[in-house]
Amino acid sequence: MSSSVNELVHWNASRLSEALVAKVVSSEEVTQAHLDRIAAVDGPAETGVHAFLHVAAESALARAREIDADRAKGAVLGALAGVPIGVKDVLTTRGMPTTCGSRMLQGWVPPYDATVVRELHAAGLVVLGKTNMDEFAMGSTTEHSAYGPTRNPWDPTRIPGGSGGGSAAALAAFEAPLTIGSDTGGSIRQPAAVTGTVGVKPTYGGVSRYGLVALASSLDQAGPCARTVLDTALLHAVIAGHDPYDSTSIPADVPDVVGAARQGASGDLTGVRVGVVTELSGEGYEAGVTARFTEAVALMREAGAEVVELSLPNLVHALAAYYLILPSEASSNLAKFDGMRYGLRVTPEGEHVTAEQVMRATRAAGFGDEAKRRIILGTYALSAGYYDAYYGSAQKVRTLVQRDFARAFGQVDVLVSPTAPTTAYRLGEKLDDPLAMYAGDVATIPANLAGIPGMSLPAGLSDDGLPVGLQVLAPQQADDRLYRVGAAVEARLTAQWGGPLLARVPEWKGATA
Amino acid sequence: MSAVDQTIPYDEAIAQFDPVLGLEVHVELSTATKMFSGAPTEFGAEPNTQVDPVSLGLPGALPVLNAKALESAIRIGLALNCSIASYCRFARKNYFYPDMPKNFQTSQYDEPIAHDGFLDVEVPASEDGTKPAFTYRVDIERAHMEEDTGKSLHVGGSTGRIHGAEYSLVDYNRAGIPLIEIVTRPLTGAGDRVPDVARAYVATLRDLLRALDVSDVKMEQGSLRCDVNLSLRPTPQDPLGTRSETKNVNSLRSVERAVRYEVGRHAAVLLSGAKVVQETRHWHEDTGLTTSGREKSDAEDYRYFPEPDLVPIEPDPAWVESLRATLPEPPAERRRRLTTEWGFSEPEMRDVLNAGALDLVEATVAAGASPATARKWWMGELARRANVEGTDLSALPVTPAQVAELQGLVDAGTLTDRLAREALEGVLAGEGSPTEVVASRNLAMVSDESALIAAVDAAVAANPDVADKIRAGKVQAAGALIGAVMKDMRGKADAARVRELVLERVGS
Repeated sequence: MSSSVNELVHWNASRLSEALVAKVVSSEEVTQAHLDRIAAVDGPAETGVHAFLHVAAESALARAREIDADRAKGAVLGALAGVPIGVKDVLTTRGMPTTCGSRMLQGWVPPYDATVVRELHAAGLVVLGKTNMDEFAMGSTTEHSAYGPTRNPWDPTRIPGGSGGGSAAALAAFEAPLTIGSDTGGSIRQPAAVTGTVGVKPTYGGVSRYGLVALASSLDQAGPCARTVLDTALLHAVIAGHDPYDSTSIPADVPDVVGAARQGASGDLTGVRVGVVTELSGEGYEAGVTARFTEAVALMREAGAEVVELSLPNLVHALAAYYLILPSEASSNLAKFDGMRYGLRVTPEGEHVTAEQVMRATRAAGFGDEAKRRIILGTYALSAGYYDAYYGSAQKVRTLVQRDFARAFGQVDVLVSPTAPTTAYRLGEKLDDPLAMYAGDVATIPANLAGIPGMSLPAGLSDDGLPVGLQVLAPQQADDRLYRVGAAVEARLTAQWGGPLLARVPEWKGATA
Repeated sequence: MSAVDQTIPYDEAIAQFDPVLGLEVHVELSTATKMFSGAPTEFGAEPNTQVDPVSLGLPGALPVLNAKALESAIRIGLALNCSIASYCRFARKNYFYPDMPKNFQTSQYDEPIAHDGFLDVEVPASEDGTKPAFTYRVDIERAHMEEDTGKSLHVGGSTGRIHGAEYSLVDYNRAGIPLIEIVTRPLTGAGDRVPDVARAYVATLRDLLRALDVSDVKMEQGSLRCDVNLSLRPTPQDPLGTRSETKNVNSLRSVERAVRYEVGRHAAVLLSGAKVVQETRHWHEDTGLTTSGREKSDAEDYRYFPEPDLVPIEPDPAWVESLRATLPEPPAERRRRLTTEWGFSEPEMRDVLNAGALDLVEATVAAGASPATARKWWMGELARRANVEGTDLSALPVTPAQVAELQGLVDAGTLTDRLAREALEGVLAGEGSPTEVVASRNLAMVSDESALIAAVDAAVAANPDVADKIRAGKVQAAGALIGAVMKDMRGKADAARVRELVLERVGS
């Protein structure tokens, strides 16, 4: 690391929290350090990390000073009060632009905060800005952002994953200690895997979706991203819980994820039953990925876990079902972007232009190719005469996948697999081959179909020097198991490595334009 | 605007074809907040003020079902003798239109909250009495919940319609208002009475909804909107013909007229050898015509699918039963009961109903007036006043209790009918209760016999020639003296008693 880097940006959220409580540092200092780091590495869009689409320096510093003042007055503050955070640009932020990575919403400033954002404010976190993403969360690389891709801090020529590449890269580039992501088919976990960070997709309904701009309502879930399992748990505890503004929110207590993470940190997994999913390994998985995964499983066994291999036969159909359900819901959710009420409006040339022509021109200009591809696919799948064969069949597969998981969780406490079949590939490599890109989601989408929670955490580096992710899956509303197991694996691996994996991220030198 | 369609006279048409009717009624619920959010629902507010992120369909906003709307929907279903679904979902009806904030309408599709019911409708005898009254059972296919859309205002051009307009404005105040759509099954067997059945159904439904207290049911404000579906077939044995859907027929009279018009138009099409086009038609109140709207082919595809942002509805059966207990007496039964109790004739009762005076008469009777006098006030003087002021009877500033009080003063001999009308005038002018007005305007009749005699004697003395005529046997001449006395008493005397006194004092 270069000596010009303020050491504060390397601190994890839990360490920052302790230092803030002890008044060793102020939130203003911490916030300024991160804003400086963002200024140093994030831009310009053509060569920087480009994890942020919007940096709210002024409001962040103002908020940091407020928190410092409150603390000085002896106010009782949340554990993460004063810690900076980046928010994926798919969540509405009052008074702060929200684009969803699309031209369609360029310049739109929402009049209301998402519930998750409200929770962040209430807990005293300092919002640094909005992170880059594939347009409307459709993609696995952030290359589908209308504002240009995010680059992987491990190698600027490579993808940071997607759709939440911005939230993951911001962590790996030390631009923020915490970020919020959203995961519809892997958009938190796959970026975490390819950037060597931690990300959790909570149980569906565990975190409010109010203000999370919908891609596929029955699959979307906002979640926490961080550099350690404990930090992720601390953030998870802030944003989870019942929200009366989201009908699909679960009216139940949040499992004690922080307690589970602390328990797991001992490295002991005695009595924990771990299932290795047969269908999520082997063919199609890179050798380096498989090697790290196999080692991680061995590590769990050493930690006292009882490991068995389990087959979930219907997972082989999950990808196909997912790519019918997602576009179907997306085609309807994205219909509101028509230039009538907010965001982009394109009025065609000529006289007597009708509202329908404005809608058509706006949607033609406002959506990128991937969004259009999925809207067309979904519109087709929902059409009369095709509905039963496509959407209807996909829902049946979904039920079968859910049953597979229910059966598996009758035998084991958690399931594990590699998070993604490959490490970060090169920017542009799969841009013209959507099916190849979709195939990269094979291990993550089953959790979305089943509504169960999933975590990705670093399992080490592949032979090419790029991070590999380990995925842990748990039953609905048992998110705490992810943290128990994740923290134990993290503790043992960190000890093996002699420090966190992210200590090995090369200093950012930028891409060649 | 399309050319005026050919029609043939109704009687001629109905003699040759069997009509099949279908009615879709949209009812706006009078909940304080919208179907899926806490935005207020005030009618007539400034445009785009009754909105929030949900009813504007802002990115990220999510719906939450209004519990009161669900309750109203279930009560309506129960009142229509429907089965209430033990499990049902909302669906998205996808289509693009600027007044739809999300470009899909959250509605119910194949899982309505209420289904398979009926409503018994009393169809009155025809005005000329040639066609008798009868009861028609309207089969209800379903009643389902959905949200209303916003309203487009097309500015410029002459028609107020989108064609020819320079630009359009959209008001989203109405977007998200809870609606219940009540759909009948195809109604057969009405024959030549089909316009009367249509009207009687909508009137009965309106009364029922008003009694349930779930909606304002003001057709002129759009809180009850009716679409009329009609088709003809040669005979009742033939399969159903192609139907037209006439939208927004928004008064009882229009419902009847639209049915008549469509019967004549369909018949003209069929007799010309052409086929009826399945289409949406617009009703024009001013001309009494329908004109073609968009063609509605089976190709129109709303791509319905279950609304993933809402959870399934599974009403607790015990709750449903407790709602059943809150149902009011069915209007038709109540009408029959009151007609008998009050001793009204059928036409008298019909007038009361048509004037919207049933509740008022009932309350007046409850306050002590006889049914006949209660009807006389509400259908006479008060109806005239309401007509002059252009308001509903119920909007007049007089209560049924005050009307009963007024009648009590007449019955006690304190007021004549004429004085009572004057006292009512004062009540309506806000001068207080009838008793207060009688006192302040000094309207009470003179019951002091000696004062009357003095006045009679004075009149006799002032008109000796008239007195002579009476004594000569011309009793009708007494009218002049009675008039003079009444004038002297400022009308506050019993004219019959004055007459007796005049004859007595003249000594005829």
